[in-house]
Amino acid sequence: MDKLVPVPSRGVVPERDVDKRPILETNNLGIDFGGLIAVDDFTILVGRTEIAGLIGPNGAGKTTVFNLLTNVYQPTRGIIMLDGISTQGLKTYQINKRGIARTFQNIRLFKELSVADNVKIGLQNTMSYSLAEAVLRLPGYWKQEKRAHARALELLSIFNMDHMADWKAGSLPYGAQRRLEIVRALASEPKLLLLDEPAAGMNPSETADLMENIRKIRDRFQIAVLLIEHDMNLVMGICEGIAVLNYGRIIAKGSPDEIKSNPVVIEAYLGKREEENHA
Amino acid sequence: MSFWQLAVQQLINGLQSGSIYALVALGYSMVYGIITLLNFAHGDIIMVGSYLSWFALTSIAPFVPLPVAVVIAIAMAILGCMVLGVTIEFAAYRPLRKSPRISLLITAIGVSYLLQNTAQKFIGASAKMVPYPRIPSVNFAGLTISGVAILCIAVTAACMVGLTLLVKKSKSGKAMRAVSEDADAALLMGVNVNSTISFTFAIGSALAGVGSILFIIAYPQASPFMGGMLGLKAFVAAVLGGIGSIPGAMIGGLLIGVIESLVSAVGLSVWKEGVVFAILIVMLLFKPAGIMGKPTTEKV
Amino acid sequence: MSKKPLHIKTPVRYLINALLFAALLFGGRVLIAGGGVSPFYVGIVTLAGINIILAVSLNMATGYLGQLPLGHAGFMAVGAYASAIFMTRSGLDPAVAMPFGLLIGGLVAAIFGVLIGIPALRLKGDYIAIITLGFGEIIRIVLLNIDEVLGFPFTYGAASLKGIPETSTFFNTFLLVGVTCFAIHTLMKSRHGRAILSIRENEIAADSCGVNLTYYKVMGFTVSAFFAGIAGSLYAGYLGILNPSNFSFMKSIEILVFVVLGGMGSMIGSVLSATVLTILPELLRQFAEWRMIVYALLLILVMVFKPSGLMGRFDFSMGRMLENIINVLTGRKTLKGKGGKTNG
Repeated sequence: MDKLVPVPSRGVVPERDVDKRPILETNNLGIDFGGLIAVDDFTILVGRTEIAGLIGPNGAGKTTVFNLLTNVYQPTRGIIMLDGISTQGLKTYQINKRGIARTFQNIRLFKELSVADNVKIGLQNTMSYSLAEAVLRLPGYWKQEKRAHARALELLSIFNMDHMADWKAGSLPYGAQRRLEIVRALASEPKLLLLDEPAAGMNPSETADLMENIRKIRDRFQIAVLLIEHDMNLVMGICEGIAVLNYGRIIAKGSPDEIKSNPVVIEAYLGKREEENHA
Repeated sequence: MSFWQLAVQQLINGLQSGSIYALVALGYSMVYGIITLLNFAHGDIIMVGSYLSWFALTSIAPFVPLPVAVVIAIAMAILGCMVLGVTIEFAAYRPLRKSPRISLLITAIGVSYLLQNTAQKFIGASAKMVPYPRIPSVNFAGLTISGVAILCIAVTAACMVGLTLLVKKSKSGKAMRAVSEDADAALLMGVNVNSTISFTFAIGSALAGVGSILFIIAYPQASPFMGGMLGLKAFVAAVLGGIGSIPGAMIGGLLIGVIESLVSAVGLSVWKEGVVFAILIVMLLFKPAGIMGKPTTEKV
Repeated sequence: MSKKPLHIKTPVRYLINALLFAALLFGGRVLIAGGGVSPFYVGIVTLAGINIILAVSLNMATGYLGQLPLGHAGFMAVGAYASAIFMTRSGLDPAVAMPFGLLIGGLVAAIFGVLIGIPALRLKGDYIAIITLGFGEIIRIVLLNIDEVLGFPFTYGAASLKGIPETSTFFNTFLLVGVTCFAIHTLMKSRHGRAILSIRENEIAADSCGVNLTYYKVMGFTVSAFFAGIAGSLYAGYLGILNPSNFSFMKSIEILVFVVLGGMGSMIGSVLSATVLTILPELLRQFAEWRMIVYALLLILVMVFKPSGLMGRFDFSMGRMLENIINVLTGRKTLKGKGGKTNG
């Protein structure tokens, strides 16, 4: 694996990404709910093809960070630069068009729709035919729909789910629902993929497959991945840079090895059982 | 009459109808607070209450002295509304506790429709005169203040104080607040959620019963569809004040009543309802949580 | 079983549907022209057609977009009055004016849809029901009293707008039923329709998938209003006389009953329930008084026992039915459920 080169004061990115513009850069990002400071001074850097991890105990503010990055919540302070451009003032759907797609901790699929339709909603931004073309079934409709269908099947095949295209999304087994969320996110052709606990509820062999697939996705689409995860094997196994969040603040940043040996992290998060987990 | 006398007169008229709206609005507010349902049938409970008064005052009155008949009428209206409210919750809303909100709302519309049309079928479409005894007016500082207005305002104020004490001080009140905050957590803490919801419906409907008596004393005619517009206006009052808030319902009700009477006073009475709905729309657009309400956000 | 199941190609499906629809339309016309059906029944069937358009258009907002507007009668009223005023004042021959009247009715209702939709759809859930109810009532009150403000007869308020050419024949009405169903169907089976459905399914996920929530909510709402306006225009040309009391809150509820009973999100459900609930009460006149009570009970019972409505979200496809029949008859497929699959 690439050696991790720390970038002064900002974080770490893989060597191959060092001379390129980072895909995501936040500076002093923060949000208050009422009087409560939920996230504060959140400053990270994610390289163009990096797999980065965001970890921390429950309630540390990890999902809040995702909601800030996608402008579901408007930040109280700080800056988000996506591919070098500020995302301030954009709506959530515009952020998606600009290149961030995400999954949700508590799966949010379009349950009553088919698997293929779920992916095609992700493909929404890649299609352009008008309302009139749709209603009158003009050639533009047929052409783009045909292409979208093929593309949906192709994306589903990443997780070997193309044979499930006609199934109802809500009827899929749990693990497949999580994978479908990732496919749907990929469909919108993001530059940065946010995964919120992708391995939650998966067994060890499913988790191992998922790790492999996340790496495959990064290699194939040449995108960056930022993931929140509690499964340390997954985080330490695929993440190149990790930020640890506690009480809404970053308490450590670095490579997996640095994080593993950081006493502050061990105290705040991993605790004494860390040794047993990796025994 | 001078301008000031006229203005005060109109204000009192407004407070009279406003206090009735406030009582009805309370029912909407309490039910929304506890199961987040717009109980469309609430206005029709008032209609049923009015018919109960009518029944007592026309069918029982010949056999007993008038004061006894009035007491029976009042008791029948309040208890009848209470029983009806609890029954509706038990039969129509409780089975839908876990269903989407839209199903619950449609059921409430169905119940409203059912009450109206059942009344029309079995009692008849024509209005019935409800003969509560007349209440004498009071002369004060050159003004003639109708006794009905004083009665309405006094009874509403008393109900409001009573309800506030009930919700703030009593054990059932605490349970109500707990369930409206988080029904699942309340259940874990040993609150009987079902009986608390029934209790809320009982109180809300009893207030509707009181409202029906006041309404029918002020405008002594009962008809199958009388609850519709009254309910809608009270509901606007609840939204205006901030749905889920007791003082909000009071403020909203009185405001709607006063505004209506002012619109009528300047000769635009045909637009009265239009103005009420326009206020509703403006309010929803600029402060959907209402005057006293708190905004809510969905957790992602 | 070795043979591959037959698959009817899409253009052929369209052709089959078009032919069946034309047969129904022209068959009905010939039957009526030949005097085979009494005018009373023609009237009922025409009314059923208007109610189908109303139900299918409300289903767009309720079943597909997942909102609960309670002011559908308001859009219908706006369309009815706009078209009726045009038809009575244009001086054109009714046959020539009719298409314009319909279009005007639809467009004016659509404009109201946009104007009401943009503010209303910023709100959530129940509040949309309330605010649309408010708008619907305001429309009715304005139609009732506007002449007083204008100082000249415009809607004729409570005195009724009379003398509207009765252009809503069986043929015209059902032609528009076909156009409406086709347009809504093709819209829903497109990227725009999927965006609308995604809002119903999960607003937050739709937002994060790049669906512009406001745009698609307003689009769904406006299309719904447009067809309600068309239905209103037809209604004006059916009755020949309009009064604001035709468009009360109760009318909105009646349309909602069609949609809910048929199954929110099922077009065929809306079509069937609007048809049955229009024709049945007319045929059972002796029980007219019970009709409303039965409606109300049905509404409650369906919600308690089968909240998805009679047809759920099932959508009927003539092509797929033919496919299945042929496949079963020729032994390409057995009569077993497919399990877990959706209908589209």
